[in-house]
Amino acid sequence: MGHDTKFTNQEFKLVGTRPARPDGVDKVTGRARYGADISAPGQLVGLVLRSPYAHAKIKKIDISKAEKLKGVKAVITDADLPDNTKGNRDLLDILENCMARGRALYDGHAVAAVAAIDDQTARKALKLIKVSYEKLPHVTDVDEALKDGAPIIQDFVVDPRTKKNSNLCKLTTLGHGDIDAGFAEADYIVEQSFKTEQTHQGYIEPHACLATLGPDGAGELWVTTQGPFAFRSTCAELLGLDISKLKVTSSEIGGGFGGKTHVWVEPLALALSRKANRPVKMVMSRDEVFRASGPTSSTSIDVKMGVKKDGTITAAHAVLRYHNGAFPGFWGMLGAMTSFACYDIKNIKPVGYDVLVNRPKVAAYRAPSAPMAAFAIESTVDMLAHKIGMKPIDLRIKNAAKEGSRASYGPTYGPIGIGPTLDAAKNHPHMRAKLKKNQGRGMACGFWFNFGGQTCVDLNIGTDGSVNLIVGTVDVGGSRASLSLIAAEELGIAYEQVKTNIGDTASLGHNDMTDGSRGTFSSGMATIFAARNAIEVLKERASKMMDVPLEAIVWENGTAKAIGKGHSNMAPLSLKEIAAAAPKTGGPIAGHKEVVADNAGVSFASHICDVEVDPETGSTRVIRYTVIQDAGKAIHPDYVEGQFQGGAAQGIGWALNEESIYDKNGILQNPGFLDYRIPVCSDLPFIDTQILEIPNPNHPYGVRGVGETSIVPPLAAIGNAVSNAVGVRMSHIPMSPMRILKALDDA
Amino acid sequence: MRYEAPNTTKEAAALLAKEKGQAFVLAGGTDLIVRMRLGMTEPDLVVDIKNIASMQGVTRTATGTRIGAATSGAVLGENKALIKAWPGVVEAVNLIGSDQIQSRCTMVGNLCNASPAADSVPAMIAAGAKAQIVSPKGRRTVAVEKIVTGPGQTSLKKGELIESITLPKPLPRSGDAYLRFIPRTEMDIAVVSAAVSLTLERGVVKKARVVLGAVAPTAVIVPAAAKAIIGTKLDDAALEKLAKACSDMCNPIDDKRGTIEYRTKVAGVLGKRAAKIAFQRAGGS
Repeated sequence: MGHDTKFTNQEFKLVGTRPARPDGVDKVTGRARYGADISAPGQLVGLVLRSPYAHAKIKKIDISKAEKLKGVKAVITDADLPDNTKGNRDLLDILENCMARGRALYDGHAVAAVAAIDDQTARKALKLIKVSYEKLPHVTDVDEALKDGAPIIQDFVVDPRTKKNSNLCKLTTLGHGDIDAGFAEADYIVEQSFKTEQTHQGYIEPHACLATLGPDGAGELWVTTQGPFAFRSTCAELLGLDISKLKVTSSEIGGGFGGKTHVWVEPLALALSRKANRPVKMVMSRDEVFRASGPTSSTSIDVKMGVKKDGTITAAHAVLRYHNGAFPGFWGMLGAMTSFACYDIKNIKPVGYDVLVNRPKVAAYRAPSAPMAAFAIESTVDMLAHKIGMKPIDLRIKNAAKEGSRASYGPTYGPIGIGPTLDAAKNHPHMRAKLKKNQGRGMACGFWFNFGGQTCVDLNIGTDGSVNLIVGTVDVGGSRASLSLIAAEELGIAYEQVKTNIGDTASLGHNDMTDGSRGTFSSGMATIFAARNAIEVLKERASKMMDVPLEAIVWENGTAKAIGKGHSNMAPLSLKEIAAAAPKTGGPIAGHKEVVADNAGVSFASHICDVEVDPETGSTRVIRYTVIQDAGKAIHPDYVEGQFQGGAAQGIGWALNEESIYDKNGILQNPGFLDYRIPVCSDLPFIDTQILEIPNPNHPYGVRGVGETSIVPPLAAIGNAVSNAVGVRMSHIPMSPMRILKALDDA
Repeated sequence: MRYEAPNTTKEAAALLAKEKGQAFVLAGGTDLIVRMRLGMTEPDLVVDIKNIASMQGVTRTATGTRIGAATSGAVLGENKALIKAWPGVVEAVNLIGSDQIQSRCTMVGNLCNASPAADSVPAMIAAGAKAQIVSPKGRRTVAVEKIVTGPGQTSLKKGELIESITLPKPLPRSGDAYLRFIPRTEMDIAVVSAAVSLTLERGVVKKARVVLGAVAPTAVIVPAAAKAIIGTKLDDAALEKLAKACSDMCNPIDDKRGTIEYRTKVAGVLGKRAAKIAFQRAGGS
């Protein structure tokens, strides 16, 4: 059944309230099952042997001794993972990232894997695998990798300009207008270079799975993932299986932030299981997570912007270089696309460089690539404001994009929230609060596209009138609560009557991953329509039960009511009553819906931040933080605020301390939470939030995705705050105590 | 791997002396078990000392305070008399790890782990703490600064283990303090640290000891820093001299936790700040 997705400004009874999340009790009592919390009879322990070099030729792998060790049931190398990718280079890259094929391309690259009866035996077996390496020159720095004579990482990658073998795998030039003319018009021009270091998503739960794959080519995978359907198709293609013969079940997820949209050890677990013909459980250690999964790009960005004395930004140019790890991606392209998206500027030219280095393959990280671009652009915007003596907030308001503005990445905006978030920021008490010595205030804006994509849901009504909603988008941030609210709202029943479950890949049609802030947006849209479809069935059953024509039945407050002549005295039938009669009126009552949820509304935020810097140690504390973001419509405001706060918290860590440190040999120096410093509770202030609701015209409730935008402004907001506190422009993220003290000494 | 949990220090020493393979003492296990899990240490024998009565608890003696080797940081943190006598030592011990770690970790474990960044060590040295060492051959008492010889290295011989630490009775008008620099607010390892213990006479510093951590292979005593403040009321000039003496004494490494430049500079900053706190605690103004 077709449904109109247009915003209707419906009145709500439940949407917008804050009931407890259905998975809450499981999570606080420890009953919830995560990736590592399941076992199978006869299961083996799978472990991976990883490269100790940043770049090396693998001359020989001798697994004979490991195979002979008592208790070892399978040892695999690339020879056990034949290339089934049929010329699909992206897929081959995934395979090669999961297991090196002749070359180790980064510290931690998987080289072989074992499955044994226990952890101790598997560890011993790893030590018995003899790998002969021939070290190759390596490069880990994004700027070094672009220089002539840099070690070349992939021989199929050519510079699009020179057609010569290069580490530049993609060059993206965007924009409109004429920047030379724009700069000529400017009264002042600011040019500044920026750097940001590699960070990791830092999910607390490491990658973990339990795989079973039999000689009949049928298998099952229990796994912590943001996308069971994507994991199914990727694993099936890599291993040469029929998609429908692999059932993937997602566990509860202990954080993903984009890092669990990619496969890592899962294909290896399936290959080990196939070889051993036993279930294989694999749990990555924290060290492995840091060395071989994630991360996000390090960047080197040059910005040039011109402004008139009245505050009109006349031209904007940026060159954004993003490292991709050892395999080609499109992270620099995303940086270029998002760079100037908050502003309506006549002449712009963002250029994105995607660059290969000997580091792990870059993975999505919450609004991937946008935070670094925003750091560079929003810092420069503050510099422009200082130059012309205008308040940074006023300069932003003057140049903010609005409905009808042409976005820096091409399209023309519909109704958007950047202006309203800026107005709210200007009027926020935080903006006027007094600052003390060594304190500084900064602000910044952020943008994210949001994504819709393919989704389907099933809504099944039990004979007792309780409802099972089955969705295919993994719940990473409270979406089960939001979707239960939507189903209950549409059906006119209590929130508690609905139980939302995440379906496995054998019980639903394809669902895209929970990424692009699409979970509640797309599954919410499908849920609205599935509920409305179920209501049609309920009305048919009621019409039979009441012996009233279907046209005379309306659905009101969770009941079927007969209207019109001769029916007005009939008692309405409740959902519960109709459900109880279902076996006699036509069988189970359900509603289904498959959608491609187009036109996810773009999302904007403005953040304000106060910091205090110790000028003798360079230590920075964030003392106040405010997030103002457009949610379109907050279905469950608690979890919208949770997303706002979570993104800000991650951004604070990224801005101040998080950094993967590679030494001169290209070896990661801090693969653990001790020296990769995500913030602890005491590092963070209470993060204040303000939800704005500018409806997305393409969603019945007006919903926009809210999960990612909140991580976009923090690097820049904190960068501006620190720069204001110390009086020196900070241009290198993270602003660790060492960098701040050095900047003060150099100034 | 064998696990033993003897009831006396003598038995423990005998077990350690007899073992032909790698033997380790287990108190809280907050370093040992982590290293075992990471595959960095594969002991043949682990001797758990928590059942040994003489290694548990805090006792007052005629000359000061005796702290059993298996006494946890949390127990020290609740001992009001000890906090009054040596606040700097207690605050240093209580900085190790988290609340959970505090209920397991010990000062002696922190000492014998021999990390240059150990929090309790500079404070113990500044306080003039001594270690009572037991072996099958007998006992000896040595100053804490003689225990650690380099990263992961101690002067303890095979069969020797520390039974307790003694802190002297503080002189009247004394104070001590410990500060460390970490990039976050907790759950971290010192990038630089400084401990100061001092005694006043008529408002002027009479005796002082300044010790730095994480700036050299072992904690270092900085006599020139002590000299810089002795005879002063901790005026700015004296503090600047102390800071310079601290920085001059630094011989740090450049690593993921800090550059040489940073550690050298901040050692002076922390030395000054710790001296001010110790001065105040001693009743100085």
